[in-house]
Amino acid sequence: MTPLAALPDWAAVVTAILVLLGALLTFVGTIGLVRFDSFYRRVHAPTLGTTLGAGCVLIGSMVCFSVLQSRPAVHEVLIAVFMTVTTPVTLMYLVRAAFSRDRLEGNEGVPAFHREESDPPPPAPRDAEA
Amino acid sequence: MSAALLSWSITIAQILLALAMACATYRMLRGPRAQDRVLGFDSLYVSGMLLILTFGIRSGSTIYFEAALIISILGFVGTVALAKFLLRGEVIE
Repeated sequence: MTPLAALPDWAAVVTAILVLLGALLTFVGTIGLVRFDSFYRRVHAPTLGTTLGAGCVLIGSMVCFSVLQSRPAVHEVLIAVFMTVTTPVTLMYLVRAAFSRDRLEGNEGVPAFHREESDPPPPAPRDAEA
Repeated sequence: MSAALLSWSITIAQILLALAMACATYRMLRGPRAQDRVLGFDSLYVSGMLLILTFGIRSGSTIYFEAALIISILGFVGTVALAKFLLRGEVIE
Protein backbone atom coordinates (compact mmCIF):
# COMPACT_ATOMS: atom_id res chain seq x y z
CA MET A 1 0.00 0.00 0.00
CA THR A 2 3.06 2.30 -0.14
CA PRO A 3 2.35 3.91 -3.54
CA LEU A 4 -1.18 4.92 -2.58
CA ALA A 5 -0.08 6.49 0.71
CA ALA A 6 2.00 9.04 -1.24
CA LEU A 7 -1.16 10.35 -2.90
CA PRO A 8 -2.54 13.66 -1.50
CA ASP A 9 -6.07 13.66 -0.12
CA TRP A 10 -7.85 15.45 -2.97
CA ALA A 11 -6.30 13.17 -5.61
CA ALA A 12 -7.23 10.06 -3.62
CA VAL A 13 -10.84 11.22 -3.28
CA VAL A 14 -11.12 12.12 -6.97
CA THR A 15 -9.58 8.80 -8.05
CA ALA A 16 -11.82 6.84 -5.67
CA ILE A 17 -14.99 8.55 -6.93
CA LEU A 18 -14.05 8.10 -10.61
CA VAL A 19 -13.05 4.45 -10.25
CA LEU A 20 -16.19 3.59 -8.28
CA LEU A 21 -18.42 5.42 -10.75
CA GLY A 22 -16.78 3.71 -13.71
CA ALA A 23 -17.12 0.24 -12.18
CA LEU A 24 -20.74 0.93 -11.28
CA LEU A 25 -21.58 2.09 -14.82
CA THR A 26 -19.91 -0.98 -16.32
CA PHE A 27 -21.84 -3.23 -13.95
CA VAL A 28 -25.14 -1.51 -14.80
CA GLY A 29 -24.37 -2.00 -18.50
CA THR A 30 -23.78 -5.73 -18.09
CA ILE A 31 -26.92 -6.09 -15.95
CA GLY A 32 -28.76 -4.71 -18.96
CA LEU A 33 -26.96 -7.31 -21.07
CA VAL A 34 -28.43 -10.05 -18.89
CA ARG A 35 -31.93 -8.69 -18.38
CA PHE A 36 -33.09 -7.30 -21.74
CA ASP A 37 -35.06 -9.72 -23.84
CA SER A 38 -34.04 -9.21 -27.48
CA PHE A 39 -30.67 -8.82 -29.14
CA TYR A 40 -31.38 -5.34 -30.48
CA ARG A 41 -32.25 -4.14 -26.97
CA ARG A 42 -29.31 -5.92 -25.39
CA VAL A 43 -26.79 -4.28 -27.70
CA HIS A 44 -27.56 -0.84 -26.25
CA ALA A 45 -26.56 -1.69 -22.70
CA PRO A 46 -22.85 -2.51 -23.16
CA THR A 47 -22.32 0.24 -25.72
CA LEU A 48 -23.45 2.97 -23.32
CA GLY A 49 -22.46 1.38 -20.03
CA THR A 50 -19.00 0.09 -20.79
CA THR A 51 -17.87 3.07 -22.85
CA LEU A 52 -18.82 5.56 -20.12
CA GLY A 53 -17.46 3.25 -17.41
CA ALA A 54 -14.17 2.82 -19.24
CA GLY A 55 -13.92 6.59 -19.64
CA CYS A 56 -14.41 7.17 -15.89
CA VAL A 57 -11.88 4.50 -14.84
CA LEU A 58 -9.34 5.81 -17.35
CA ILE A 59 -9.70 9.42 -16.15
CA GLY A 60 -9.32 8.21 -12.55
CA SER A 61 -6.17 6.30 -13.48
CA MET A 62 -4.86 9.38 -15.31
CA VAL A 63 -5.38 11.59 -12.25
CA CYS A 64 -3.72 9.01 -9.99
CA PHE A 65 -0.60 8.54 -12.11
CA SER A 66 -0.24 12.26 -12.92
CA VAL A 67 -0.17 13.11 -9.21
CA LEU A 68 2.05 10.15 -8.27
CA GLN A 69 4.69 10.92 -10.89
CA SER A 70 4.19 14.74 -10.58
CA ARG A 71 4.02 15.07 -14.36
CA PRO A 72 1.11 14.74 -16.77
CA ALA A 73 0.60 11.01 -17.45
CA VAL A 74 -1.53 10.90 -20.56
CA HIS A 75 -0.88 7.36 -21.78
CA GLU A 76 -4.41 6.34 -20.70
CA VAL A 77 -5.69 8.67 -23.42
CA LEU A 78 -4.44 6.03 -25.86
CA ILE A 79 -6.87 3.43 -24.50
CA ALA A 80 -9.66 6.01 -24.23
CA VAL A 81 -9.33 7.13 -27.86
CA PHE A 82 -9.04 3.53 -29.02
CA MET A 83 -12.18 2.47 -27.10
CA THR A 84 -14.15 5.48 -28.34
CA VAL A 85 -13.23 4.71 -31.94
CA THR A 86 -13.60 0.93 -31.89
CA THR A 87 -16.70 0.27 -29.76
CA PRO A 88 -19.20 1.89 -32.18
CA VAL A 89 -17.48 0.26 -35.16
CA THR A 90 -17.57 -3.25 -33.70
CA LEU A 91 -21.10 -3.06 -32.38
CA MET A 92 -22.53 -1.51 -35.55
CA TYR A 93 -20.84 -4.27 -37.50
CA LEU A 94 -22.25 -6.88 -35.14
CA VAL A 95 -25.76 -5.44 -35.45
CA ARG A 96 -25.46 -5.47 -39.24
CA ALA A 97 -24.50 -9.13 -39.07
CA ALA A 98 -27.41 -9.93 -36.75
CA PHE A 99 -29.80 -7.94 -38.95
CA SER A 100 -28.81 -9.75 -42.12
CA ARG A 101 -29.03 -13.11 -40.34
CA ASP A 102 -32.51 -12.28 -39.08
CA ARG A 103 -33.64 -11.16 -42.53
CA LEU A 104 -32.23 -14.25 -44.20
CA GLU A 105 -34.13 -16.44 -41.76
CA GLY A 106 -37.28 -14.31 -42.13
CA ASN A 107 -37.67 -13.74 -38.39
CA GLU A 108 -40.32 -11.42 -37.00
CA GLY A 109 -39.42 -7.94 -35.82
CA VAL A 110 -37.07 -7.03 -38.65
CA PRO A 111 -38.18 -5.45 -41.96
CA ALA A 112 -38.15 -7.86 -44.87
CA PHE A 113 -36.25 -7.29 -48.10
CA HIS A 114 -37.86 -4.43 -49.98
CA ARG A 115 -38.35 -5.24 -53.67
CA GLU A 116 -40.05 -3.29 -56.44
CA GLU A 117 -42.02 -5.00 -59.19
CA SER A 118 -39.44 -3.87 -61.78
CA ASP A 119 -36.48 -5.31 -59.86
CA PRO A 120 -34.81 -8.44 -61.18
CA PRO A 121 -35.79 -11.60 -59.33
CA PRO A 122 -33.68 -12.42 -56.29
CA PRO A 123 -30.69 -14.67 -56.92
CA ALA A 124 -31.16 -18.32 -56.10
CA PRO A 125 -29.66 -19.51 -52.81
CA ARG A 126 -26.14 -20.83 -53.01
CA ASP A 127 -27.17 -24.38 -52.20
CA ALA A 128 -29.44 -24.58 -55.24
CA GLU A 129 -26.59 -23.92 -57.65
CA ALA A 130 -24.47 -26.85 -56.53
CA MET B 1 -7.12 7.98 5.85
CA SER B 2 -7.28 8.88 2.18
CA ALA B 3 -5.15 5.86 1.27
CA ALA B 4 -7.59 3.61 3.13
CA LEU B 5 -10.53 5.28 1.35
CA LEU B 6 -8.90 4.77 -2.04
CA SER B 7 -7.97 1.18 -1.20
CA TRP B 8 -11.52 0.34 -0.14
CA SER B 9 -13.13 1.97 -3.15
CA ILE B 10 -10.73 0.14 -5.47
CA THR B 11 -11.70 -3.13 -3.75
CA ILE B 12 -15.41 -2.37 -4.23
CA ALA B 13 -14.78 -1.39 -7.85
CA GLN B 14 -12.95 -4.67 -8.44
CA ILE B 15 -15.89 -6.62 -6.98
CA LEU B 16 -18.31 -4.72 -9.24
CA LEU B 17 -16.14 -5.34 -12.29
CA ALA B 18 -15.88 -9.03 -11.44
CA LEU B 19 -19.68 -9.19 -11.20
CA ALA B 20 -19.86 -7.42 -14.57
CA MET B 21 -17.55 -10.07 -16.02
CA ALA B 22 -19.81 -12.75 -14.51
CA CYS B 23 -22.88 -11.20 -16.19
CA ALA B 24 -21.07 -11.04 -19.53
CA THR B 25 -19.95 -14.65 -19.15
CA TYR B 26 -23.52 -15.68 -18.41
CA ARG B 27 -24.65 -14.04 -21.66
CA MET B 28 -21.75 -15.61 -23.54
CA LEU B 29 -22.56 -19.13 -22.31
CA ARG B 30 -26.33 -18.81 -22.35
CA GLY B 31 -26.92 -16.48 -25.34
CA PRO B 32 -29.66 -17.90 -27.51
CA ARG B 33 -27.90 -16.98 -30.75
CA ALA B 34 -24.34 -16.45 -31.96
CA GLN B 35 -24.54 -12.66 -31.98
CA ASP B 36 -25.51 -12.65 -28.28
CA ARG B 37 -22.40 -14.66 -27.52
CA VAL B 38 -20.21 -12.23 -29.46
CA LEU B 39 -21.80 -9.32 -27.58
CA GLY B 40 -21.11 -11.05 -24.26
CA PHE B 41 -17.50 -11.60 -25.32
CA ASP B 42 -17.15 -7.92 -26.20
CA SER B 43 -18.32 -6.67 -22.81
CA LEU B 44 -16.33 -9.44 -21.10
CA TYR B 45 -13.01 -8.20 -22.45
CA VAL B 46 -13.86 -4.55 -21.75
CA SER B 47 -14.67 -5.40 -18.11
CA GLY B 48 -11.50 -7.47 -17.82
CA MET B 49 -9.45 -4.57 -19.18
CA LEU B 50 -10.96 -2.21 -16.59
CA LEU B 51 -10.25 -4.75 -13.84
CA ILE B 52 -6.58 -4.83 -14.86
CA LEU B 53 -6.52 -1.00 -14.84
CA THR B 54 -7.80 -0.96 -11.25
CA PHE B 55 -5.01 -3.41 -10.30
CA GLY B 56 -2.62 -0.92 -11.92
CA ILE B 57 -3.99 1.98 -9.83
CA ARG B 58 -3.65 -0.09 -6.67
CA SER B 59 -0.04 -1.10 -7.30
CA GLY B 60 1.02 2.23 -8.81
CA SER B 61 2.91 0.62 -11.70
CA THR B 62 2.35 1.28 -15.38
CA ILE B 63 3.01 -2.32 -16.48
CA TYR B 64 -0.70 -3.08 -16.09
CA PHE B 65 -1.49 -0.32 -18.56
CA GLU B 66 0.37 -2.15 -21.33
CA ALA B 67 -1.59 -5.32 -20.63
CA ALA B 68 -4.86 -3.36 -20.77
CA LEU B 69 -3.87 -1.78 -24.09
CA ILE B 70 -3.05 -5.17 -25.62
CA ILE B 71 -6.35 -6.63 -24.35
CA SER B 72 -8.34 -3.79 -25.86
CA ILE B 73 -6.57 -4.05 -29.25
CA LEU B 74 -6.82 -7.85 -29.52
CA GLY B 75 -10.42 -7.80 -28.30
CA PHE B 76 -11.35 -5.33 -31.02
CA VAL B 77 -9.76 -7.52 -33.68
CA GLY B 78 -11.49 -10.61 -32.30
CA THR B 79 -14.93 -9.04 -32.18
CA VAL B 80 -14.62 -7.64 -35.71
CA ALA B 81 -13.47 -11.03 -37.03
CA LEU B 82 -16.41 -12.78 -35.33
CA ALA B 83 -18.91 -10.22 -36.64
CA LYS B 84 -17.42 -10.57 -40.12
CA PHE B 85 -17.78 -14.33 -39.84
CA LEU B 86 -21.43 -13.98 -38.82
CA LEU B 87 -22.09 -11.60 -41.70
CA ARG B 88 -20.49 -13.58 -44.52
CA GLY B 89 -19.62 -17.01 -43.24
CA GLU B 90 -15.90 -16.42 -43.84
CA VAL B 91 -13.41 -14.09 -42.17
CA ILE B 92 -11.17 -13.13 -45.12
CA GLU B 93 -12.68 -12.87 -48.57
